[in-house]
Amino acid sequence: MSTQPVIELIDVWKSFGSQQVLKGVNLSVTEGKTTVIVGASGQGKSLIVRHILGLVKPDKGKVLFCGKEITGVSKKELMEIRMNFGVLFQNAALFDSMTVYDNVALPLRERTRKTEREIGKIVHEKLAIMDLGGNDDKYPAQLSGGMRKRVGLARALVLDPRIIFFDEPTTGLDAAKSRELYRVFYQTQARLGYTAVIVSHDVPKVLKLADYVALLHDGAIRDLLTPEEFQLSQDPVIREYVETTMGPLYSSKMEDAI
Amino acid sequence: MPDFLEKLGGNALYYINQTGRMGVFLFYSVISILRPPYKIFPAVRQIYVIGTLSIFVIIFTGAFTGMVLGLQGYHTLRKFGAEGLLGSAVALSLIRELGPVLAALMVTGRAGSAICAEIGIMRISEQIDALECMAIDPHKFIVAPKFIAGIISMPLLTAIFDVIGILGGYVVGVKLLGADEGAYFSSMYKDVDFQDVYMGFIKAVCFGFLIILITASKGFYVHLEKGGGFGAEGVSYTTTSAVVMASVTILLFDYFLTSVLL
Repeated sequence: MSTQPVIELIDVWKSFGSQQVLKGVNLSVTEGKTTVIVGASGQGKSLIVRHILGLVKPDKGKVLFCGKEITGVSKKELMEIRMNFGVLFQNAALFDSMTVYDNVALPLRERTRKTEREIGKIVHEKLAIMDLGGNDDKYPAQLSGGMRKRVGLARALVLDPRIIFFDEPTTGLDAAKSRELYRVFYQTQARLGYTAVIVSHDVPKVLKLADYVALLHDGAIRDLLTPEEFQLSQDPVIREYVETTMGPLYSSKMEDAI
Repeated sequence: MPDFLEKLGGNALYYINQTGRMGVFLFYSVISILRPPYKIFPAVRQIYVIGTLSIFVIIFTGAFTGMVLGLQGYHTLRKFGAEGLLGSAVALSLIRELGPVLAALMVTGRAGSAICAEIGIMRISEQIDALECMAIDPHKFIVAPKFIAGIISMPLLTAIFDVIGILGGYVVGVKLLGADEGAYFSSMYKDVDFQDVYMGFIKAVCFGFLIILITASKGFYVHLEKGGGFGAEGVSYTTTSAVVMASVTILLFDYFLTSVLL
């Protein structure tokens, strides 16, 4: 598997009114790997993802997809780039006036020329992976939070995208449901081999899935490290984050290693 | 004084921005209507939502508008001994003016508010972002069918309003007050030209277009609206403001269209 960066953010700045949220974000996402962006709430983690998706334009800086800048492209080109993306939004963003089946079928109906029979086969296959069989005719409002997230993931996977973005995938779920979602994520990634970008503050659990961890602090990415390097980092900011989120256990392990 | 000027300038900038947003929204919506693939079912569904579901309120308001025209018209015309012109007075008032305007105001209240709230909720719950991320054009998927439905439904609803109104005027003027039945219809035949029907039709099409443009664009940009934002209150405020704006615009355009078409 290649290790070239599929997505790069170079010195991205963004402000809203007088509030400077991103202050020179640099990040690269490696193809086929899972990159987790962590950081305190309200730091702009989701905003980074929205920049990559082209939903927000940076005040300054560049966002590259496969070496091509996406900030200045036409709407049509942006649509083509987005064909490579699948997104699981924080609140799943399911279409509430459509059934589970129609939600998952929508990208296939709108973006492909498949027949309804072919679409049905793919949709049922994806729903089965997510343990959602028999829920075709339910509406999102009739589902639990965990089920909604799994429908969102099924919809994100239905076009077999190259990159999937997870915006706070386990927010609002209890420990068992979070574990279940992580299990589904792990299984589908092993099977489909997609690149994943996860925005989460569910540390340390989410680190188990990560190939790389980026800490967003004070509007910039502090560092991009493997989970082991991240937990053992000497950087005072990263160390403080690790100790705050994981407790002193990991830092004592580091001291043992020294 | 500087505070007042600052507020004035801020408001001016806001409304210039809003007009610009509406222009951009219109541009992308028209492009999305013209660009293939053309899907008929979503437009038919919207015709049902905007048109068919408005029929009851149109019939109800049309009937009472015609009835009050019959009542007022009969008593006014009788003063001049011209009860025979009741039919043409009712028909001309409805076809040229009241039919398109009142039908448009009813559709704004019933369907326009629903369109604004629906699209606004889709915006605040990230459904529109989700569409964009799936490389599905939200203008094509959400807005285009509503524009087509608005432009098709409004003239049809106006026609229903006119016919029901004329019958309402007939019931009150002829059946209740005793105006001559033959004169009611013959004066209508004689005085209503194709030009009058044409004027009503053009108005209805324009109003249908305006209702969708205003209510859909305000819902689409609910997060940028003054008093809008990403909450339920923002959607409710924006819906109210969209209905008010659409209603006022309909009355303004009615004057301008009448002065151009007369």
